[in-house]
Amino acid sequence: MTGLSSDEFTIVWLSLKVAAVATIVSAIPAVAVAWVLARGRFWGRGLLNVLVHMPLVIPPVVTGYFLLRVFGRRGPVGAWLEQYLGLQFSFRWTGAALAAAVMSFPLVVRAIQLGIENVDRRLEESAGTLGASPIWAFLTITLPLALPGLLAGLVIGFAKALGEFGATIAFVSNIPGETQTLALAIFTQLERPGGDAAAMRLAWLSVGISVLALIAFEALGRSFRRHRS
Amino acid sequence: MSLRIEVAHTAGDFALDVHLSAGAGLTALVGPSGSGKTTLLNVVAGVLRPDRGLVKLEGETLVDTAARLWTPPHARQIGYVFQEHRLFPHMTVRQNLLYGRWFRRHVNGGPAPDDVIGLLNLGALLGRRPMQLSGGEKQRVALGRALLTRPKLLLFDEPLASIDQAHREEILPYLDRVRSEHALPTVYVTHAWAEVAGRATDVVELSKGRVVFAGPATDYHRS
Repeated sequence: MTGLSSDEFTIVWLSLKVAAVATIVSAIPAVAVAWVLARGRFWGRGLLNVLVHMPLVIPPVVTGYFLLRVFGRRGPVGAWLEQYLGLQFSFRWTGAALAAAVMSFPLVVRAIQLGIENVDRRLEESAGTLGASPIWAFLTITLPLALPGLLAGLVIGFAKALGEFGATIAFVSNIPGETQTLALAIFTQLERPGGDAAAMRLAWLSVGISVLALIAFEALGRSFRRHRS
Repeated sequence: MSLRIEVAHTAGDFALDVHLSAGAGLTALVGPSGSGKTTLLNVVAGVLRPDRGLVKLEGETLVDTAARLWTPPHARQIGYVFQEHRLFPHMTVRQNLLYGRWFRRHVNGGPAPDDVIGLLNLGALLGRRPMQLSGGEKQRVALGRALLTRPKLLLFDEPLASIDQAHREEILPYLDRVRSEHALPTVYVTHAWAEVAGRATDVVELSKGRVVFAGPATDYHRS
């Protein structure tokens, strides 16, 4: 049990890349949706709420299948993105990141939404009377005060993205070096006769990374709180 | 200056229906709890959108529901000192004071930050957070913050209600200083007549959402 083999390194690096990109790319849409759900009063709010939470309740494999149909090379959105932006998802790591982002989205939104709901609306009102438009009031008052919720959302999102399995394998398959993240690699080793030891190493790696991520975010949260008080 | 209000608003079983105008100087808005004083201030500040009516400030129409006109609060240039201080907890006193300044940077006039800090004796508090202030200090910061947005009108909603009795007397001289230095038209909500006696130029008394007295303070005798 010495250092990582080059295959293991590839798997870990790919997993971190997929989870980090999924978290970063979904952060801004998640904040926007959380704000709308926390503060908005409009027709269709309930529908949006249901839509956002869909990946939580439908089987991951089904979500992956839908992603394939929509974002695949022949899917309506996938074909368009490839033609005009040169962005390809199916059987690429970018697709793994998309699947991870979609699957973790409801959890991220929920945590941020709770953070926003905890902010006293009267502070936003007073920001308004001081000249801040609703967007400015959100950026300067609500968001900084909802920072604990935002951080919690990002941690949960990252952890969930790191462990995503069902939607990923259905959407982008299990291609070593391209879409084979830790969870998929462990699955492959378990399927292979005599792959137990390798599966165990990968399992410990995945636990280690998750714990490290949690500690890092915890430290980040603490330094923000210290900075503020 | 003139403020003209003609609004009707219903919320639950409370109905506000008032026609009134306020001139320069300090207009005391009095009446028992639940008579609609705060609701009225919220309509003027734009925090509350009335069902029907008209609000005009210095000839500018802020609200006219018949014409579907509604100016959002951030475009109104009205300073509002709330019952609770509502300071931003993640900002220092200095940041709170200057918060609104930036949004009104293209507006001329109004007192300079240093003048307001001196007037309200806030110099020693600038680096602190709201959590580290007494109730009276918080309201002084809230008042300074409102003044620094270059307002055309000041609204006070029982600014002393959240301060304990012993410290209320300390705040009134500051209000007087602000009023003598900056002749800003003011609407002051209170149910303690002593706060406004000798200060009010006009009085409007509300009861159950209606105006029951409106006129010069000298004509107003409390029963």
